[in-house]
Amino acid sequence: MPTAKLSRAMLFGAFLSLLFISAALLSFVWTPYSVETLDIANKLQKPSAAHWFGTDHFGRDIFSMIMVGARTSIAVALVAVGIGMLLGVPLGLAAAAKRGGLLDEMIMRGNDLVFAFPPLVIAIMITATFGPSATNAIIAIGVFNIPVFARMTRGAAISLWTRDYVLSARVSGKGAARISLEHILPNVANLLIVQGSIQFSVGIIAEAALSYVGLGAQPPIPSWGRMLAESQTMISFAPHLTVFPGMAILLTVLGLNLVGDGLRDYLDPKLRRSKT
Amino acid sequence: MTTLRTAAALTSALALCASLGTAHAAGGDVTVGLQLEPPHLDPTSAAAGAIDQVLYSNVFEGLTRFGPDGSINPGLAKDWDVSEDGLTYTFHLQEGVTFHDGTTMDAEDVKFSLDRARAEDSANAQKALFADIASVDVVDPATVKVTLSKPNGNFLFNMAWGDAVIVAPESIENIKTNPVGTGAFTFSNWVQGDQITLTKNADYWGEPAKLDSATFKFISDPTAAFAAVMAEDVDAFGGYPAPENLPQFEADPRFNVLIGSTEGETILSTNNAQPPFDNPKVREALAHAIDRQAIIDGAMFGYGTPIGTHFAPHHPDYVDLTGNSAYDPEKAKALLAEAGFADGFTTTLKLPPPSYARRGGEIIAAQLRDVGIETEISNLEWAQWLEQVFRGKDFGLTIISHTEPLDIGIYANPDYYFQYDSAEFQGVMAELNEATDPAKRSELLQKAQTIISDDYVNGYLFQLAQLSVVKANLVGIWENSPTQATDLTAVYWEE
Repeated sequence: MPTAKLSRAMLFGAFLSLLFISAALLSFVWTPYSVETLDIANKLQKPSAAHWFGTDHFGRDIFSMIMVGARTSIAVALVAVGIGMLLGVPLGLAAAAKRGGLLDEMIMRGNDLVFAFPPLVIAIMITATFGPSATNAIIAIGVFNIPVFARMTRGAAISLWTRDYVLSARVSGKGAARISLEHILPNVANLLIVQGSIQFSVGIIAEAALSYVGLGAQPPIPSWGRMLAESQTMISFAPHLTVFPGMAILLTVLGLNLVGDGLRDYLDPKLRRSKT
Repeated sequence: MTTLRTAAALTSALALCASLGTAHAAGGDVTVGLQLEPPHLDPTSAAAGAIDQVLYSNVFEGLTRFGPDGSINPGLAKDWDVSEDGLTYTFHLQEGVTFHDGTTMDAEDVKFSLDRARAEDSANAQKALFADIASVDVVDPATVKVTLSKPNGNFLFNMAWGDAVIVAPESIENIKTNPVGTGAFTFSNWVQGDQITLTKNADYWGEPAKLDSATFKFISDPTAAFAAVMAEDVDAFGGYPAPENLPQFEADPRFNVLIGSTEGETILSTNNAQPPFDNPKVREALAHAIDRQAIIDGAMFGYGTPIGTHFAPHHPDYVDLTGNSAYDPEKAKALLAEAGFADGFTTTLKLPPPSYARRGGEIIAAQLRDVGIETEISNLEWAQWLEQVFRGKDFGLTIISHTEPLDIGIYANPDYYFQYDSAEFQGVMAELNEATDPAKRSELLQKAQTIISDDYVNGYLFQLAQLSVVKANLVGIWENSPTQATDLTAVYWEE
C-alpha cells in the first residue's frame, strides 16, 4: 500500500522533471518567440492566447524565456553535479581505502574546510575573482558538491571494506585501487544515483539564488533567478512576471525531489521498511 | 570624478518652493529616503555625490549656493565686487555666522578652506574648480579678496559646489565623522549602514529651518524603497530608483510624485582609444544603431529627455543634435561595412548597478545585435565598475549618467576614461575658460556640443529625470536637481 502511494508520487515527480527537461531540449530548436528580440511597445502584457505567460518589461515572451531558462538551470545544475561526482567519488573511495591514514585525514579535513564556507560565500569569492558568468556559477556549485559526494562515498565504502567478498579480493592479491573500482564502486552506485538527483535539485535552487543576486548567467541569457530579481519591483502591478519563473523553480525542484525520494525507496528497501 | 557623483545620480531630491503666505505648521521631523549612503562626511575630500546629498546646504555652506532652479545665489558671502578685468573677486561675508561648534566663521576660515582645497596635496575631488585662483587674501574679518590668474566666467558657479564649502581649521581633523559647518542643521548622529540624523540649528545666522530634525535613511534596494514609501517609513524619497512604480504613487492621494530635471547626461560611453572604436565610422554606426526612445520607454518607463550631445536640454545654450544620430539600423550596417566590419564584431558592455544602466544595457545589446555587433554584458558593482572602467579603462562600452552640472569640459581631458583626444575641442574649451562675454561663451558652448556630436564620441541617450516621491503635505522638496543636494532648509509640513 505505501509502496503504491510512493511510486505515484515518484511518477508525478518524473512527469514534472521530464516536462522541464523536454522544454529545455525543445528550446534548442523552437520557442514561440525569440528571447533575444525586444518588443518594448508590447511590454508587460497580461497572459493571453498570443503570449501564454504574458510578456516582460522588455516585451519578451515569458513562456519562451521559461523554456530557455530551463536550459540554463538544468545545464548549470547537471554539470555542477557532474563535477561533484567526478571529483568527490574518487576522493571518497581513496579516503575509505586508506581509512584512518594520513590521506583519509587530509581528504576529510579538506572536506570540512569546504563545508565550513557557506556556498554563497564560495560563489561570491569565485565570481569576484573571475567575474560573474554561468561557467563560474557551475564551478561554484560544483565545488560545493565535491565534499557532499566525497563524504557519502567514504561512509558507504568503509562499511563495505569489512565485507567478506572484499576480504577475499584482498587475499587474492588485488590492490586497493582495483578493489575500490571493481567491488566498492558498483555497490555504492545506488546511493550515488539517489544523492545525485537530490543534489541536482539543490543545484537548480543554487543557480536560481546565484542568478537572483546577479552572480549567475549574464544577460541576455534568460535565467529563472534573474527573471525573479528583475521583476520584483513590478510584482504589485504585473505579478505574472514573478509568478511564472517562481512556479518553474518550485515545480522543477519538487519534481526532482520526488524522483530522488522515490528512487531512494526503490533502491534501498531497508529505508522503506524503517519509514513505514 | 563625474562618475563617482554618478553613483549618486539617482539619489537627489529637488525643487519647488514654498509660496509665501501658505499656512504651515512650524516644527516637525522629516525622514528622507536615499539610495546611496555617503562613504564619509567630508564633501571637500571625496567625489561621492552621496555626501552632498545629505550635507549640502543643510550642514555645509559655501560663499555662493545653488538655488532650486540652478541659479547662483549668495551664501556665506552676502555680496561681492568683481574688478573690471575679471581677476579680483571681493567677497563681503555675512556677519555673526558661527560654526556648529561655536567658533566664529570669518575671512580666515574662507582663506583656510580655499587654500586647503587648491593645495598641492589637496584631496579635493574637484581641484579644477580652484585651479584659476592665484591668491586668497584676508582684507578684514568680514572681507575676502580672491585673485585669479586668468578671468573665469564660471567662478561664482564654481564656488557654489559642494566641494567648495567653507570649513573650519578647528574642526577639520574629525570632519569625516563629525562634520561641523555653518548650515541651518547640525549633524547629530550617523548609524552606519542605516541612517544619518540632523537637528535644527537654533543659532543659525539666516532664515532658520522650519523642521526640528531630519533623518536620512539609506535604502539601496528598489523593492525595499517601494515598501518604505508605501509603509510611510520615509516621508520623501529623493531619486526614487524604480520608475515603474511611479504610476502607483501618482494614483495614491497620500503622495506627490515630482518629476524634474537633473544634470545627468546618460550616455553609452565608448572607449575611443580601443579598436574598433578608435574608428569614427564605427562610432557613427553605433550612434545610428541605437533607438533612444526605446531605451527611455524600456529602461525608464518613459521618464527622460532624448539628447544628442553631452549637454542638459534645460540649459539655455543646449543645441538639439538628436537628428545627427537618428535611429537608422540600415545606415549603421552600411557604415560598419565601410569601416571593414561587414560581419560585425564583438565587444564588452560593462554595466554599473542603476536600473538605467542594467536595463538600458540589455536594450542596447539587442539593438546592436540587429546591426551585427555582439556584446558581452557584465553587470558590475560600483567598486568594480570604478576599478575596471573608470580607472582601469578596460572596457569597450558602458552606460553611465554624468550628473555634474555643465561638465562638457571632461571631453578636453584625453586621459578621461573614454579617452577622447581632439585638439579642436581642447582649443574651444581653452577659449571658453578665458571668455567672460556671455554671447561668446554661449557660442563656444554650442560649438563644443556640435564637435562631440559630429565626432560621435559617445552614444548620447537621454537626460536622466529626477524622480521623487513626497508625502502630499510635505512642502519644499526640490523638484529639479541642479546639483546633488537634498536642501531641507525651506521644507515644512502643511497643516
